[in-house]
Amino acid sequence: MSMSVDTPLRRFTGDFVKSPTAVAAGIGLTLIALAAIFAGAVAPQNPYDLRQITILDGSLPPGSEGFDGFHYALGSDIQGRDMLSAMIYGLRISLFVSFVAVSFAVMVGLVLGLLAAWRGGWVDGLIMRVVDIQLSFPALLVALLLLAALGKGVDKVILALILVQWAYFARTVRGAALVEIRKDYVTAARSLALPGWRILFGHLLPNVLPPVIVIATVQVANAIAIEASLSFLGVGVPITEPSLGLLIANGFDYLLSGRYWISFYPGVALLVTLVCINVVGDHVRDILNPRLSR
Amino acid sequence: MTVPVLSVRGLRTEFDTRAGRLTAVDGVSFDVGPGEVLGLVGESGSGKTITGFSILGLIDPPGRIAAGEVVLNGQDLRKLPEPALRRLRGDRIAMIFQDPMMTLNPVLRIDTQLIETILAHRDVSRERARDMAAEALAQVGIPSPAERLRAYPHELSGGMRQRVVIAAALMLEPDLIIADEPTTALDVTIQSQILYEMQQLMAERNTALIWITHDLTVVAGLAHRVAVMYAGRIVEIGPVDDLLDRPAHPYTRGLIHSIPSATARGQRLEPIRGMTPSLLNLPPGCAFAPRCPRADAACGTRPEERAMGPARLVRCHHAGEVIA
Amino acid sequence: MTALLSLDGICQTYVSSPDLAERAANLLGANYREMRVRAVDGVSLDIGPGEVLGLVGESGCGKSTLGRMVAGVETPSAGTLAYQGVALAAMTPAQRRAWQLQVQMIFQDPFASLNPRKRIEAIVGEAAVVHGLIRPRDRRDYVADLMGKVGLAPDMMTRYPHQFSGGQRQRVGIARALALKPRLIVCDEAISALDVSIQAQVLNLFEDLRAEFGFAYLFISHDLGAVAHIADRVAVMYLGRVVEIGAADQVFSDPRHPYTRVLLDEAPRLDRRAQDFTPVKGEIPSPLNPPPGCTFHPRCPVAAPACREIVPRLTGAGGRMAACLRETGEVA
Repeated sequence: MSMSVDTPLRRFTGDFVKSPTAVAAGIGLTLIALAAIFAGAVAPQNPYDLRQITILDGSLPPGSEGFDGFHYALGSDIQGRDMLSAMIYGLRISLFVSFVAVSFAVMVGLVLGLLAAWRGGWVDGLIMRVVDIQLSFPALLVALLLLAALGKGVDKVILALILVQWAYFARTVRGAALVEIRKDYVTAARSLALPGWRILFGHLLPNVLPPVIVIATVQVANAIAIEASLSFLGVGVPITEPSLGLLIANGFDYLLSGRYWISFYPGVALLVTLVCINVVGDHVRDILNPRLSR
Repeated sequence: MTVPVLSVRGLRTEFDTRAGRLTAVDGVSFDVGPGEVLGLVGESGSGKTITGFSILGLIDPPGRIAAGEVVLNGQDLRKLPEPALRRLRGDRIAMIFQDPMMTLNPVLRIDTQLIETILAHRDVSRERARDMAAEALAQVGIPSPAERLRAYPHELSGGMRQRVVIAAALMLEPDLIIADEPTTALDVTIQSQILYEMQQLMAERNTALIWITHDLTVVAGLAHRVAVMYAGRIVEIGPVDDLLDRPAHPYTRGLIHSIPSATARGQRLEPIRGMTPSLLNLPPGCAFAPRCPRADAACGTRPEERAMGPARLVRCHHAGEVIA
Repeated sequence: MTALLSLDGICQTYVSSPDLAERAANLLGANYREMRVRAVDGVSLDIGPGEVLGLVGESGCGKSTLGRMVAGVETPSAGTLAYQGVALAAMTPAQRRAWQLQVQMIFQDPFASLNPRKRIEAIVGEAAVVHGLIRPRDRRDYVADLMGKVGLAPDMMTRYPHQFSGGQRQRVGIARALALKPRLIVCDEAISALDVSIQAQVLNLFEDLRAEFGFAYLFISHDLGAVAHIADRVAVMYLGRVVEIGAADQVFSDPRHPYTRVLLDEAPRLDRRAQDFTPVKGEIPSPLNPPPGCTFHPRCPVAAPACREIVPRLTGAGGRMAACLRETGEVA
């Protein structure tokens, strides 16, 4: 028996690093995240600063030199924006929107799911019917309807995503909480006369987190994809702060006419990001699962 | 001396885990004769269940049977190819598990499962197989067997399910049954019913039985001979009366003194101090030495089996010495 | 002497009413009914201060449910529960608080009874801090002291439950119960899931703690040997009712109820070799559909026709009672 304190976190990281694919995906994800956060420093140009772009450099293929000697590593779009920089800034918007949306969706889902499991009865029935109804509609459809009502803007998109995604978390949390409530440690907490909120948040919550973490990782990917779709359809983020989806939309018309890079590279960036998130999420789920059945 | 139904010699089963190589069964040898009940007793981690699985050849990687012979009616099971072994399982040797749901498929009716088993081993018609199944259920004391056949496992109580499993085991009249804690989870009165049925059937058909359990009291009432296991090794084996009344190994003695009863009312029990060692971290020499009240320098080497009377073997340097 | 805890006519009935979907189905001709399970059916008994009352019985007898009601984890559907002479309904908040803290429980499954995400120090010490028995900064020393009492090294309090063996986890559970300075501990099959040698260690621990602190136990178990060893008095339950109660040595040596006799006869014992198992006929009835009259009569070796009609009451003298028509002479 090891003499050191074996925290769940240490166990988790130990297991995580055993898979080379997951580690590679994790590193990729970290690099993407860092690039997105420090976009200002990483990107060669700020593509939304009108003083930095020139239309004379429009539609240059990847690797070309512009009029000022600026190197367009991945080409430029119609207005002369450097694609590489646009992608990095686009990643930033995509990641920001999805992380914020998922974080809030998790919080809402946790509270409602725990409440449903703990109170049971009509509270449970009501919350779960709302969840069922919401989940029976395709996410994109619900998002479109919400945005039609709310209007455009990054904050509206985030709000729509939260309202679309909380239901997944609520259902998962409720299911996990119902299992945990039957266990003796919760009965013990009641026998010790601990107040209800303390049992809910101090005892139940930490134990329902594993499935939530797994779903949250995948839902981030989902959120990015939904947001990209919304932007592609023109109802998502505004043109002044384009996400990857909007970039893809912008270049869509030119995809088959030779100026493929305007859509192609943002598409690749989107793909790589989603794959990394999914690989990491899969691995997290595999690690956490055997623990759950212990 | 009758030829034993099962003769195990030097069985060793190892597991290669990420933490190292584990020897779950370490040089186990015993015989079981026809109509005899051998109680295989041990606590968790003793290797008793793995021994049962090893006899049937049911060890999957990362485990493997590393050495030993398992001779059933003159045939060494370890030398048989898998298809031949599969024909024997269920037919000549049957296994009963603690949880009947390890044997019964929850989505199939009882009759489907029993008939399938019969048809796999006997060349009979489906109707005949159904009759055999109904007879088997009746023999274990299940009322209205024909109706019960049409039930799903979840429609039966725990005791009933276990009886179905036992019926399935006895149906094809095997030479040997290995039962792994089959009544541990059952109530006393239900356990009694099941043990009664089993005693009857085994006596009728002269079936050999290995009863794996941690419960010495059940073994006392049921077994003819007892083998006590600790850390993968048999530390003592012998006739039940002899072993329980005059235990020679300190572990056996400690187990007996750990059992509370009315006779020990109000007195402190004398439990074995300490805990079972991890199989990855066994002491060199006798595995029980760290917990043994009689251990001394001699116990640094592994004790050999010593005969202590007819059919009685003990693996201890200080076998039979009275503890002061 | 007043009983520490006294139960009078305690019942626990679980009712399962048809839900929305089933009620809709009923309108269309289905027949979903309300299901009532009488897990505990009119139990009256007392536990005196410092005494060990053993509670034995098989599955479905209601002993676990009774234990949970005693510990306050479940509310009885009928009957009165009184702690230190005051009925629950009549308690002041302070008295109620006293009951909640002073009656604690130890559970069967050492793996599920500890929160896997909390360290031992928090598991053992949390409640004491929350209820103001100790100050937060004294928690560490308090827990260290408790751990010493149950035979665990205090430096292990920074660890998580998965790093301990079953027996050690059970000790942690005991320390947790001790933290609130209980006067009655309900042990619900507390040793059943442990290895034989560890069971003995924990049983000894129970005796030592009782000698040191003088609390009472409600020792619920299906293991007759353990109960015979540790209990002062024992109550035998069958299908929600107490069928026999009395001093442990008397009940075990001279049982008065046919069910107790059957239990004692059939329970394997170390000194009983080549046991002739004599099965009791029939299955344990479902609590959904208990037999009329004496619930044991379908399986009773000495049942009489009257047993099907009359529900026997617990009768007897001097604390020694049995619920059997033959014992009371109502049936020849």
